[in-house]
Amino acid sequence: MHPTSHDFKANAHRAMRDEALQGALATLKKGFRAKRGVAVERLPEFEALRDAGRDMKNHVLAHLDHYLELFEAKVLAQGGHVHWARDAEEARRIVLDICRASNARTVTKGKSMVAEEIGLNAYLEKNGVRPVETDLGEYIIQLRDEPPSHIIAPAIHLNRGHVAQAFVKAHPQYPADRPLGEARELLDEAREVLRESFVTADLGITGANMMIAETGATIIVTNEGNGDLTQTLPRVHVVLTSIEKVVPTMEDATTVLRLLARSATGQEFAAYTTFSAGPRRAEDLDGPSEFHVVLLDNGRSNMLGGAFHDMLRCIRCAACINHCPIYGAIGGHAYGWVYPGPMGSVLTPALIGLEEARDLPNASTLCGRCEAVCPMRIPLPRMLRHWRGREFERHLQPGRVRLALKGWSWLVRHPTLYRLYTMAAVATLGMLGKRRGRFTSMPMAGGWTNTRDLPAPSARRGFMDQWATGRRR
Amino acid sequence: MTAKRQILDSIRGSLGRGALPPSRRAELEEALNHPHAAAVPARGTLPHPEQIALFMAMCVEMSASVDRVASKALVPAAIASYLASQNLPTRLVVAPALQALDWAAAPLLETRFGAALPIDPVSVTPVAAGVAETGTLVLCSGPDSPTTLNFLPDTHIAVIEAGQVVGGYEEVWARLRVDGRLVPRNINMITGPSRTGDIEQTILLGAHGPRRLHVILVDEHGG
Repeated sequence: MHPTSHDFKANAHRAMRDEALQGALATLKKGFRAKRGVAVERLPEFEALRDAGRDMKNHVLAHLDHYLELFEAKVLAQGGHVHWARDAEEARRIVLDICRASNARTVTKGKSMVAEEIGLNAYLEKNGVRPVETDLGEYIIQLRDEPPSHIIAPAIHLNRGHVAQAFVKAHPQYPADRPLGEARELLDEAREVLRESFVTADLGITGANMMIAETGATIIVTNEGNGDLTQTLPRVHVVLTSIEKVVPTMEDATTVLRLLARSATGQEFAAYTTFSAGPRRAEDLDGPSEFHVVLLDNGRSNMLGGAFHDMLRCIRCAACINHCPIYGAIGGHAYGWVYPGPMGSVLTPALIGLEEARDLPNASTLCGRCEAVCPMRIPLPRMLRHWRGREFERHLQPGRVRLALKGWSWLVRHPTLYRLYTMAAVATLGMLGKRRGRFTSMPMAGGWTNTRDLPAPSARRGFMDQWATGRRR
Repeated sequence: MTAKRQILDSIRGSLGRGALPPSRRAELEEALNHPHAAAVPARGTLPHPEQIALFMAMCVEMSASVDRVASKALVPAAIASYLASQNLPTRLVVAPALQALDWAAAPLLETRFGAALPIDPVSVTPVAAGVAETGTLVLCSGPDSPTTLNFLPDTHIAVIEAGQVVGGYEEVWARLRVDGRLVPRNINMITGPSRTGDIEQTILLGAHGPRRLHVILVDEHGG
């Protein structure tokens, strides 16, 4: 998909004025956030599992070449195929070639963020293959021709009304005045329509939450069962995934599975976790005759060993997104590409370049909630700061910002001057704001005061001053 | 240079090393034969009778319904009475693994054995195990237990023997490994019926997979 990350600021302003979006985002707090809290509370071993998950993934990343080769050998031994893709273009072509080789005209798809990353749907359509998204949220946004706004709840920015509108337009086979006011009615209609696609599709594409080196199996974790129908009914199953998702054993996968659903939706376990190893066997009564795995790199191998190495531990649970105050204010589309929220602000510059995504590392208060909830203990704030440093080094910020940062940097390196300056500033602001206790507008700080008040300092002396006095006392 | 070669080289370059030496590779490969569980939750290590109670309770929490019968001989009658109580069709597609059950004991049931077709309203399957930790069923694909039975019909009835209930997931992997190797092509972990929260975060059952999951626990073997 074509990124609009460079327009982040305008996107964010638009999002904050969008009342329907704001209404939808309000559900995050009592939904995912609250449910995760309860699920974590119920599992005393959760913190130990986080440590184990982090250590396991660190081990994998240090030996990634080895585990990928083991995985490939296992898949081949079971009669499957493995395709390596350096970048998005190569991955798209591989998938299209498989579609062509098997004469596939209609393909069903389970939810795959890698497919979003490589812009697979548009490419297939352009080349005469009709992709049908089968995850309810993905189906809805496909009908509306828009990208997902969340990595596990792609249609979270929409309400029932939006969905009903899309269905009336897309399903002319039903009477136009049918009742579609309730979520149940919408779901039942989608179930009926998509059933037809599941049964008639020539080929099914799913993502993978993990790959297991020990068994050559890929794993999908879903709640709807759409992924399983997608991969079980058609003649060909294509798994589209990325290289960092391999783990050594079933036990290692299990550690991640214990963390994943709890961190994501706050479920004890997702409804369906499926391990798929190879095509159907001689005696089997069902299952795909062909099994393909496409392994995408697309910049990930370059992240190893560097400042963003830890990001490759990410299991795409979306806990950081669900808990991010910025995401909660602007939703996912404002980020302008596939991966929103804190994980996206770290990953997007690495995958599509810092020039395009230069605003994203700044779209954070660095409050640290993302790191606090990350099941893989990824130091997201540290990496966001790292990107900010690179932006400065590469002169990517506007001159005004650079000048201000340089001034600030000079000032804090001269403690005496800094203290004099802050003492004067505190005293002035304290005096000016004495009556009302806050400022509703301030020259040069409109970005702050346009949407909220700036509290006036209540004490006439700065923190350092008070600290020193307190110590003497 | 092939894509594979280039990706592997890039990985090694970023990690600042060449290919791993054969001795290290052999060591890591050998380690796969001794998988170790990181942190098995204490709730998965209860005595067996309590595991069964936890399994049943978790199934219900995950929106499955449960029933318990004293022997395998009683399963067809239990199925008939469940379907009647829910006013559901009595046409069943049954996993070949369960062909030996005494289906004649429930003459109102119409049975067919094999994989599921889109028109089948109700499926009956065995399981490989049930995990108490989260009320999760584990099913393995094979000619005796086709995968479509788990996903196509509106109602999925799973028959589990008490001895198949274990505490944690790792116990299942240990049971499924033959000579240290996992055999099944597909392993399905199923926890409650199909669901979605994609419309306004409202959880609704019956998205694309079964609308209902009914678990029948059999206390004794044989029959």
